[in-house]
Amino acid sequence: MTQAYRLAAGGRIDRSRTLGFSFDGKHYKGYQGDTLASALLANGVHLVGRSFKYHRPRGILSAGAEEPNALAGVGCDDAHYTPNLRATQVELYDGLKAESQNRSPSLVRDYGAVNDLLWRFFPAGFYYKTFMWPRKAWTKFFEPRIREMAGLGRSPQTPDAACYAQRFAHCDVLVIGAGPAGLAAALAAAKTGARVILCDEQAEPGGSLLAEPDAVIDGLPAADWLKAALAQLAAFPKVKVLARTIAFGYFPHNMLGLAESLTDHAGEPDDTSPRGRLWQVRAKEVVIAAGAIERPLVFPDNDRPGIMLAEAARIYAERYGVLPGRKPLVFTAHDSAYRTALALHRAGCAVAGIVDMRPAADGPYAAAARRAGLPIYLASTVSGTGGRLRVARATVVSLAGGAEQRIDCDTILMSGGFTPSVHLFSQSRGKLVFDATLDAFLPGAPAEACRVAGAGAGLQTLKEALESGAAAGAGAVGGAAVTYQVTNAPLARGGFIGVVPGHVDPTSVRAFVDYQNDVTAKDVSLALREGMRSVEHVKRFTTTGMATDQGKLSNMNALGIMSAELGKPVSAIGTTTFRMPYTPVPFGYFAGYARGELFEPERRTAIHGWAAERGAVFEDVGLWKRARYFPQGGEDMRAAVARECRAVRGGVGIFDASTLGKIEVVGPDAAEFLNRMYINAWTKLQPGRLRYGILLREDGFIIDDGVIGRVSETCFHVTTTTGGAPRVLAMMEDYLQTEFPELDVWLTSTTEQYAVIALQGPLARQVIEPLVEGADISAKAMPHMSMVECRIAGVPARLFRVSFTGELGFEINVPADYGRSVWEALMESGLAHGITPYGTETMHVLRAEKGYIIVGQETDGTVTPADVGYSGMIGKAKPDFVGKRALAREAFATQTNRKQLVGLLTADPALVLEEGAHIVADPAQPKPMTMLGHITSSYWSETLGRSIALALLRDGAARTGETLHVPLESGDARVTVVSSVFYDPEGVRLNG
Amino acid sequence: MLLIPCPYCGNRPEIEFAYGGEAHVVRAADPGQVDDAGWTEFLYCRNNPRGDHAERWRHAYGCGRFFNVKRNTYTDHIEASYRIGETRP
Amino acid sequence: MQRYSALALIRQSINGHKGWKPQWREPEPKRSYDAIIVGGGGHGLGAAYYLARKHGMRNIAVLEKGWIGGGNTGRNTTIIRSNYLFDESAALYDHALKLWEGLSQELNYNVMFSQRGVLMVAHNVHDEQSFKRHVSANRLNGVDNEWLTPEQAKEFCPPLNIAPGMRHAVTGAALQRRAGTARHDAVAWGYARAADALGVDIIQNCEVTGIERDASGHVTGVQTTRGPIASRRIGVSAAGSTSLVMAMAGLRMPLESYPLQALVSEPVKPIFPCVVMSNTIHAYISQSDKGELVIGAGTDAYISYSQRGALHIPMHTLEAICELFPIFRRMRMMRNWGGIVDVTPDRSPILGKTPVPGLYVNCGWGTGGFKATPGSADLFAYTIARDEPHPINAPFNLERFGAGRLIDEAAAAAVAH
Repeated sequence: MTQAYRLAAGGRIDRSRTLGFSFDGKHYKGYQGDTLASALLANGVHLVGRSFKYHRPRGILSAGAEEPNALAGVGCDDAHYTPNLRATQVELYDGLKAESQNRSPSLVRDYGAVNDLLWRFFPAGFYYKTFMWPRKAWTKFFEPRIREMAGLGRSPQTPDAACYAQRFAHCDVLVIGAGPAGLAAALAAAKTGARVILCDEQAEPGGSLLAEPDAVIDGLPAADWLKAALAQLAAFPKVKVLARTIAFGYFPHNMLGLAESLTDHAGEPDDTSPRGRLWQVRAKEVVIAAGAIERPLVFPDNDRPGIMLAEAARIYAERYGVLPGRKPLVFTAHDSAYRTALALHRAGCAVAGIVDMRPAADGPYAAAARRAGLPIYLASTVSGTGGRLRVARATVVSLAGGAEQRIDCDTILMSGGFTPSVHLFSQSRGKLVFDATLDAFLPGAPAEACRVAGAGAGLQTLKEALESGAAAGAGAVGGAAVTYQVTNAPLARGGFIGVVPGHVDPTSVRAFVDYQNDVTAKDVSLALREGMRSVEHVKRFTTTGMATDQGKLSNMNALGIMSAELGKPVSAIGTTTFRMPYTPVPFGYFAGYARGELFEPERRTAIHGWAAERGAVFEDVGLWKRARYFPQGGEDMRAAVARECRAVRGGVGIFDASTLGKIEVVGPDAAEFLNRMYINAWTKLQPGRLRYGILLREDGFIIDDGVIGRVSETCFHVTTTTGGAPRVLAMMEDYLQTEFPELDVWLTSTTEQYAVIALQGPLARQVIEPLVEGADISAKAMPHMSMVECRIAGVPARLFRVSFTGELGFEINVPADYGRSVWEALMESGLAHGITPYGTETMHVLRAEKGYIIVGQETDGTVTPADVGYSGMIGKAKPDFVGKRALAREAFATQTNRKQLVGLLTADPALVLEEGAHIVADPAQPKPMTMLGHITSSYWSETLGRSIALALLRDGAARTGETLHVPLESGDARVTVVSSVFYDPEGVRLNG
Repeated sequence: MLLIPCPYCGNRPEIEFAYGGEAHVVRAADPGQVDDAGWTEFLYCRNNPRGDHAERWRHAYGCGRFFNVKRNTYTDHIEASYRIGETRP
Repeated sequence: MQRYSALALIRQSINGHKGWKPQWREPEPKRSYDAIIVGGGGHGLGAAYYLARKHGMRNIAVLEKGWIGGGNTGRNTTIIRSNYLFDESAALYDHALKLWEGLSQELNYNVMFSQRGVLMVAHNVHDEQSFKRHVSANRLNGVDNEWLTPEQAKEFCPPLNIAPGMRHAVTGAALQRRAGTARHDAVAWGYARAADALGVDIIQNCEVTGIERDASGHVTGVQTTRGPIASRRIGVSAAGSTSLVMAMAGLRMPLESYPLQALVSEPVKPIFPCVVMSNTIHAYISQSDKGELVIGAGTDAYISYSQRGALHIPMHTLEAICELFPIFRRMRMMRNWGGIVDVTPDRSPILGKTPVPGLYVNCGWGTGGFKATPGSADLFAYTIARDEPHPINAPFNLERFGAGRLIDEAAAAAVAH
């Protein structure tokens, strides 16, 4: 195909590099430097999309981020496919594959367009008024139909193949937008030696200067000045210029989010280098030079393909060397559209006319157009357009009345003036002020260290843009102001918001306000008629401003309509809230490196590798990986656990307890500190002894538990639950620093410093004894709940005699780096005794047989010490500890109707109840049933040869011997309430 | 992400800190002397103002110290930070 | 009330939709009302509606400081479910769910209640224990909730990644089929329209600045930006501002207000059939009727009334979404926003009387108030009309904190051990 609409010369494209691309399967050619939109236009393609609701044929409207119509799905395959990309932002590369959206089967012939014929039945909010009968039909029938019609592009179905990067940065000045104002700001700041980051959403910095053939800045043609400015910036070592980078969000304390696109423009994807990079920039000062966006005019049938923004048309001609059409009609309320007409006229177009709503147009551009002999219709309007898949004609009528005149054309180029981009300023919570002369919201008082320059501040000339930028950049770092000499860049004025006046019956036509969402002027009126008054209500009722362009083109016109109909100034109506992101940002940018195994760090113990080598099955506990069981020879979990349990009860087992939290509590007041934190008494605990401690929240509920050893008069070795370690340390620090600062205590987390190996079982001593140096570990010298410091396998160790299984047991704390070697030494020593490694599941079973609780399983944040039968541990003489006062409240003092820890035995000893199952007195009662409690732990007890369960049961302590019921999905299970200690209630084995 | 002035370390990003709730909620020296209503107030009730708020932060991934910050809860603007035990500015 | 129906729509289509009436009036505030509801969200408008419809009151005003539905009603991710653990919670939320099921018909306003099912994904043994406890309690309470294997979960939600090699692999899921989503704005508007038709005055741009009381302490009315308004019954239903309004009556509340963020993607064709929640890795996602992926993020760490939060919060959320649904990694965030959620110490709401006679409060819904809207409104109306709570909301009183009778759904979801 030839590029029929490409000018023979001009533009910033590289004509030496021809690129092939396809759109909807059809192949075209373009040049390096094109966007998908400019390349399609070069090939005469305007019809590129279908609208959301009515499936109206739509063309390319703009040349930038504000594009609502020309959305395409782009990608070489599904793993690289992105829907809803604006063709105006997609840089062309060789082999680019794009497809149109929201049409079936094709853009030209779209079944959805039946909606357009029925448009009268689908006004704004129609769905609130119907589809209510029959009741189930909404979910089953209507909603799926509506969803199918809506939705624009299609989601990829294949996991994304790309990777992403993220970076933090700090700077003195972040300049957003590399148009004339932003460049001047960056230059002024850089000259003082400041650290400057300048970012721009486009591939090439320059903004409006990229389509500026006339202006002369400081004696240089604009394009040359741009080149010089960029060269100057590149020479500053502390200046970073980021192209293809959108400043999408402005967060408190001058934190900004930038999204830098790295590879999407480059063609064939390289999945090993990042596709994009998310920057989190903390800037001392911010200069926003984001420019302004041209507004469409709201007139009947203003949405046909071929109708586009006037400035966009000029950009296509000047920057890309592409004519949007050969016979353009210009419709404007602003001088700048005359400049477009002149540019196209110069490029050889037959300008069909300039229709100006204003009674007079006397600026320099209008004068030049008049001199060029272009037909000008003042005080006139376009009252309608024609052409099915491409605009072919317009009717023009004087605002004073009179006959309609039909004008044939192949494009209509419209301008309603310019809307300053105040998005980021507003996101920063700066106040917006409505300027009635410009019909625009402008930045007012800032809320952050931020300045606004150029068109985004409502300034209208190139000279003002440059000088305001320089002032902002210099002002941010205490530099000096600069003036610029600018010629051939006159002021262009004008503008209009709302629906253009006319004489057509408004009920018979549609004038689009929000193109993508098919919101018409009539819809806005309907919302007002239905009592919507707030701009937010109108937005939500009509969906104007809620499309992917987030109202960049539609918001001001909707406000204009509201203002006119309500008879209130725009300033009294206000605007909707600007939210991040300025333009859409891929999820992958935010997710960054966090995927797969980097999604969250994995915590592994020193013995992890040993367990993994032996085929252990692991479970996640918080961030930790814990060995759950060690299957042998095809065992399932139940068989493995049964074997491990037998080994511990009958011989010796070895268990990796390294994940237990550990805190070293040191200082003269360490015992007093623990007195105040834990429910137990600590003063009289002798050095070398252990005690099981319970920690409450201040409201009296158990938050953590663990064995605490007194290493010396002034040093305690505190253990916590696996998940609770950081929480407990933070809580201790809180009390120590803010409530008990008079106590002389130091807290240190030692969780990762120690590997902890539990040896449990009647043969445990035999295994460990040969490895111990410097301590007598005989039953007499080292009774249950004592500790010594010694060497084990040559490694300094804190040896605890403690048991979480009910058997004779030791827990060996050694420096983590020696964990595996000590473990291996123990395994070797235990070989003769049949030592068996066991995992968390066996640990759970064995402790449940003994009725030992697990915080987080038997407790759930609503359980007190008395509920689990631990009130005896409370240090009675202590005046205070965390949670003591709360336990004195009536609900706990009386203990009536509390759920208490009990054991349950099923009538069928083979039945293992499901954890979480609930207990009732009468399984035949109707629902909702009265539930008495629930199963907290339930296992097959190999030791007892039957199932066991722990439960929290209402008034459980008083129910021993009662028969109750557990209704399971499979039927009712009868249970008897028993003590929570199933095995060795006297604790004989502990003292072996 | 707030920029929080740690009185010990200087300005640091919010992700280095843990929020500690309203400041100056005093735990009685002898909780046993506080009646149920008073203890309920202490445990649960907070001023939760829109505007100036004295709050605790801990520089959890830094010096580890608790300190107080005076922040406007409507603008998120931080007016001051001060050490535990110092009077509220 | 002008009746909405397909026929009415067709009739109006023929005359250019010129005959549609305002959905609610724009009344000037009267000097006095029998009851005042402070807060024009779904909960407040609903309470006014049920007061009028079920309790025979007509002289009612809803005072809204901004625009109705502009608070958390219009800012949430519209998840509706009732599979809560404790009996009290299950009764409360299931009462709401039953009302949701007939709400469009009741209000003659399509609130688009879509029972697409809510899938709560488990990632470890502890999650499984917790979810199965929920399933079991729900079953005996007559609330539907079922346990699915990872394969069954994927069948119900094909985009779900259940690869065993994931950092937090999916080990199962709890599914409530009756659960789903609704159109949030329509709930506020539907209640407003129906309440207005029953004579309720909905007064927007009317901020309460003071609460007046007589010598006995009983409320007598409010001061507002539009003048004083008398009433001896005042129901406060002002999520995000509860502490501020209650302070006007001298009450300190067990509440803290946190920013909660949410976001949507650009719209795409139907791809996501249900709602998925993962508490462990903090991902909440569904697809709206317009095609946007609607994603809930977590709360920021600190209290704030700014209705915005920090960037790292949605970043963390999208990490989780991309991990669970790697096909969405190239989808793009279109809009992010923030609301203010009032959080109680036990994460359950407060719905009932206060120590101030004539003053009632409905607050503390945290991140989950939308799902309760019709139930909460109905029970709040009951409480205001009879000056005593309905048995369903009686446990959700203000006194439970002092008494230690918390309904701790958050604790029940518990933490890793």
